[in-house]
Amino acid sequence: MSTMEVLGRTGQAMSYRLNDGVVELALHRDPCNEIGSVSLGELEAFASTLENLQQRAHTLVIYSDLMSGFCAGADLRELFRRSQTMDKAEALQGVRHFLERIHRVLNLVDAAPLTTIAAVNGVTFGGGFELALACDLIIADKMARFCFPELRLGLIPGFGGIPRLKRDCGNAVVRDLLLTGRSFNASKAQQIGLVSQVVAEGEALRVARATAAQVGKFDRQTAIAAKRFIKPIPHEELRQEIDLFCELFARPEVEAALKKFVESTDAQPYLP
Amino acid sequence: MHTADQTLDEILVLAAAHFRVPREKLSPDDDFFKTLGIDSLQTLDLLTKLENHFGVELPDYELQGVTDFRTLAGKIQSRL
Repeated sequence: MSTMEVLGRTGQAMSYRLNDGVVELALHRDPCNEIGSVSLGELEAFASTLENLQQRAHTLVIYSDLMSGFCAGADLRELFRRSQTMDKAEALQGVRHFLERIHRVLNLVDAAPLTTIAAVNGVTFGGGFELALACDLIIADKMARFCFPELRLGLIPGFGGIPRLKRDCGNAVVRDLLLTGRSFNASKAQQIGLVSQVVAEGEALRVARATAAQVGKFDRQTAIAAKRFIKPIPHEELRQEIDLFCELFARPEVEAALKKFVESTDAQPYLP
Repeated sequence: MHTADQTLDEILVLAAAHFRVPREKLSPDDDFFKTLGIDSLQTLDLLTKLENHFGVELPDYELQGVTDFRTLAGKIQSRL
């Protein structure tokens, strides 16, 4: 195969293309790439190809085609609507199933035999932040913002956020983000070691491509071995996170908070 | 060192440029949600612009209930 050959697929929520050793996964679901059943299905299909792509690619770049941001996290409106059509036990089972599926996807991204780069802009909240944390490097547009707003809904992050943030940052940072629910800008995220490069507005993808070109110069087997050595997946904590999320989700306070969020017309709905 | 008036003026200039409205349309006591017509994502954009411009951190919760440029300027001034 020519090194310039382009392969790819276009879906409703995302598209990917393989070009000259770099797989680019572009998120493009309005308003801000919320992860619901459609996105999850497409992420699963994409993640299942990762193992095979290693024959042809050295780097995966995940980015958003939307100005609004990288990803605003789980599709809470869909979650709320669905849970209203089911009894409590069924809704809880549905949530657990969804979490187990997204965990499988993010574990595949986390352990992918490629070097993975999240090129983020704008809102990188909740599940969007968790998707970025599964990658090896985060390159952030200076307008990027990171946040775990889940405690405002009476929940914890459910897509692997706490174990992966703990892997990369000090525990004090994790507590600050979780217990205050405040958002960090890209400079702060770089200061705490989360972001590898902060770039000008609109430049994250270009810089990610340049970084991918550098990554491609190294021997792949060495890069894969190095990644396995330095980036262990915290499987046990990830499993515990699903259990704790489901335990919290079962409480009536969460249903009330989700309803308030979904029905809010406030300019700052993510604030309690 | 910024004076409070300088901070306020810079916020107005920055908001006008970012949201593409004439500077003279903005007043210190305007409700910026209404004057700029911004939604939640654009509010975050404004917060990031201000943090980057002034080199400060503004926790979201400090801005809860803040709707006018003058109060916003006070919050920034206290962190300069």
